[in-house]
Amino acid sequence: MSASTGGKDPFISNLNKIYAGYTGGFAVFVVLLAILEQMGVPDRIIGYLFVFLTIGVYAYIGIISRTAQVSEYYVAGRKVPAIYNGMATGSDWMSAASFIGMAGSLYALGYGGLAFILGWTGGYMLVAILLAPYLRKFGQYTVPDFLGARFGGNLARSIGVVVLITSSFVYVVAQIVGVGIITQRFLDVSFTMAVFLGLAGILVCSMLGGMRAVTWTQVAQYIILIIAYLIPAILMSLKVTGVPVPQLMYGIALERIEGLEAAFRAAGQTPPPGVTGFHTAPFIGANGQFNMNAATNFFALVFCLMVGTAALPHILMRYFTTPSVREARASVAWSLFFIFLLYFTAPAYAAFGKLEIYQSLIGQPIAALPDWVKNWQIMSPYGVPWINIVDVNRDGILQWNEFRIHADVVVLATPEIAGLPYVIAGLVAAGGLAAALSTADGLLLALANALSHDVYYKMINRNAPTAQRLIISRVLLIFVAIAAAWTAGNAGADILFLVAWAFSIAAAGLFAALVMGVWYKGTTNAAACWGMAVGYLVTFFYLIWTEFFGLHFMEVFGTKEAILAAARQAAALPQAAPELKAYAEALVANAAAIQNGSLSWLGSLFAGSGLPTDSVVLRGRVVGRLWGLNNISGGIIGVPLSFLIIYVVSQFTTKPSQAMQDFIEDIRIPKGGVRLADAREAVKE
Amino acid sequence: MPLVEPGAPPASANAAPQVDPAVARAYWKKTSGLMWTVLAIWFFAGFGIHFFAPSLNPIHVFGFPLGFWFAAQGSLVIFVVGLFWFAKRQNQIDEEFGVQEDA
Repeated sequence: MSASTGGKDPFISNLNKIYAGYTGGFAVFVVLLAILEQMGVPDRIIGYLFVFLTIGVYAYIGIISRTAQVSEYYVAGRKVPAIYNGMATGSDWMSAASFIGMAGSLYALGYGGLAFILGWTGGYMLVAILLAPYLRKFGQYTVPDFLGARFGGNLARSIGVVVLITSSFVYVVAQIVGVGIITQRFLDVSFTMAVFLGLAGILVCSMLGGMRAVTWTQVAQYIILIIAYLIPAILMSLKVTGVPVPQLMYGIALERIEGLEAAFRAAGQTPPPGVTGFHTAPFIGANGQFNMNAATNFFALVFCLMVGTAALPHILMRYFTTPSVREARASVAWSLFFIFLLYFTAPAYAAFGKLEIYQSLIGQPIAALPDWVKNWQIMSPYGVPWINIVDVNRDGILQWNEFRIHADVVVLATPEIAGLPYVIAGLVAAGGLAAALSTADGLLLALANALSHDVYYKMINRNAPTAQRLIISRVLLIFVAIAAAWTAGNAGADILFLVAWAFSIAAAGLFAALVMGVWYKGTTNAAACWGMAVGYLVTFFYLIWTEFFGLHFMEVFGTKEAILAAARQAAALPQAAPELKAYAEALVANAAAIQNGSLSWLGSLFAGSGLPTDSVVLRGRVVGRLWGLNNISGGIIGVPLSFLIIYVVSQFTTKPSQAMQDFIEDIRIPKGGVRLADAREAVKE
Repeated sequence: MPLVEPGAPPASANAAPQVDPAVARAYWKKTSGLMWTVLAIWFFAGFGIHFFAPSLNPIHVFGFPLGFWFAAQGSLVIFVVGLFWFAKRQNQIDEEFGVQEDA
C-alpha cells in the first residue's frame, strides 16, 4: 500500500483478496486462542492477546497507509469503493454505545429502546436522498468547506466549525471513556492508564495516514466488530431455542418474557428501577396503560436521532471519499446494510438475556446464584456494581426488583451466561474495542481537519505549503486527542449521557443549512448563518438550562403546581448543592407565595393533551421538561426553528448571485465540473 | 503547489455549463419527485407505522408482537431495501437525461 497516485492502485484492485485473507487470518487467530485456552493458558493472557494483537493490526494498517498527499490525507484519494466505504462508515458509526450499550438499553426499556434502533438507521435515508450525492459532487474536503462555498465564506464556515467541534468533541470523549472501560476490565489496569493506552491505539491509526489510514483501519475494525457481535448471539440462540438464527428466534423469547412478566405481576412483584415491566408494550407509563408523554418522547427521540445522523460531520465526510456521485449513493445504502446487521441483532441479545435472567435466576435463593452472576458483582466505573443484588425484603430469595444489572453487562456477560469459553468473552472485548476505536478515529479526524483545514488553511494562512498543512493537521490531531483523553479521564462515566446531546446539537446546527443549501436555491448567506446560529444556540442553551438549572427552568416555564413539585424534588435530592437545597426548601416552606412562571402560558400550551411542562429527577439532578419532552430530544425544537429562520430570512435578504445559482446547478447534476461562486474557495493541493 | 487532484472534478471558476438548462430543470424535477417519494417511505417506516403499534401488537407472528416487530425489524428492512432501490432509480434518472458522470 505505497503512496501511489491515480491510475490503478494495486491495493485498491486487490481489496477483496486482502480483506478476505484478513478475515480468514482473524478466524484462525480466534481458533488458535481457543486451543490455547483448552491447553490451560490463563484467561488474563487470552485477554491480553486479544487486545494487543488487534490493536497491533490496526496500527500496522495505520503505518503502512501513511501519506504525504493532501487529498490522500483528507479524503483517502477519493478511491474508496462503495462497499468498502459502507463498511468503514459502519464502524465509524457504531460506537461503544451501539456495541455494548444498545442491547442493554433495550433490555431496560423494552419497546421504548427501539427508538434508538429506528433513529440510528432511518437517518441514513436522509443522508442518501438529501445530502451525500451533492456533497460528493461538490467534492472538497470537509462539511464546513461546503458551508463556506455555498454561504459566502468565513462566517458560515466558522459557525459550521463551532457546531462540528461541540458535537464531535462531546462524542469523542464518550468513545474514549468506552475504550477505557473495556481496556480496564480486560487488562486490569487503572482507568487513567487504560484511557491513555486506548489513546495510543487511536492515534497510531490516524496520525500518519489521515483519512486514508482511518478508512482502511475502519474496514478491518468493522469485520472484527460484526463477527464479535454475531457469534455470541448465534450461540445464545442455539442454547435457548436450538436454532442458530437469533434474529428470527427471539420472538419465542419475547412471548415467554411476556408470560413471565405477567406471572411476576400476579405474584405482586415489581420490576427493578429503570426496567420496564412490559417488555413489548409501546408507549406506556409505569402502570402499563397508554401514556401520551411516552409516545411523544418516543417519536421526538426517533426524529432527533435521525436528523442528527444526517448532520454529524464525521459521517458526512465519509461520502467525500468515494470515486463518484453514483458510488456515493450506493455507498450510503451499503453503510446502512452493514449497520443494519448489528442493529437487527441487538434486540435479540436483550430478549435472550432477559429470558435467561427471568427464567433461571428470579425466584432462586440468592446464595445459590450461578458463578457468572458472582463474577459481575464487582464495582463498575459508574459507582455501582455491574450486577447489584439487593435483597429488599431480606428473605434470601431473588425477587424481580432485586436483580439490578447495568446496561453494558447484557452484551459483555452474554458469553458467560450462555456458558461459552473465555475466548468468546475476549472476542466480545475485541469487538467493543474495535467499535470504540473506529468511532474515535473518525471523530478525531473530523475535529482535527476542521481546525487544520477550515480554520488554519482556509481562514488564517491560505498560502501554507502542503508539507506545513499536513504537519499542522497532525499536531492538532494530537492536541485534540489529548484534550479529549484528559476530559475523559477526569469526567469518567458520568458524561456518557452527553452523547445523545451531540445528535440534537448537530441536527439543530447543521441539518437545515445543509439541506436548504442544496434544495432551496433562494437560501441566502445571511439566512443560513442565522439559521445555524439560532438553531445551535437555542438547542445548546436549552439542554444546559433544563439539565443543570432545572428548578430555575421550571420557575420560568412551569405553573405554580409544577414549580412546587420541582422544588420538592430538589429539596429531597441527596446530591443537590447546599445552596440549591436551601433555596428549594425555602420555596416549599413558602408554597403559597409561588406564582406561575412568566412563560407558563407557553409551557402549558399542550397541557390539555396530557403534555404539561414538568420536571423529573434524573442523573442526580432535577431536570426540566418543556411539554414533557426529555432534553435528549432537544433538537425537536431547534431543527424546525432553524428551517423556519432560514426560509423567512431568505425572503428579506439579498438574493444569491447568478454565480451562486450556477454553483447550485452544478452540484445538483452528477455530470461535469463545479463552477464555484467564489474562486477563492477552490481547494489547491 | 497547485497540482490537479486525481479523481476530483476540475474547479475552474468560469467554465460554461455542460448540461443544457432545460434538461437540467427537467432532471431536477424528476429527481425531486424521487426525493419526495423516498421521503414519504421514510416517514411511513420511521413514524407512520409506529403510530399503530398499540393496535398491531396483539397480532403475533412467530412469537413477535407485530408492532414491536416493525420497530425492531420491519422498518429497518424497509430502510435498507428502500435505499438500494433509491440508488438504482436515481441512476436510471441520470441516464435518462444523459447527466451521469463520464466514466
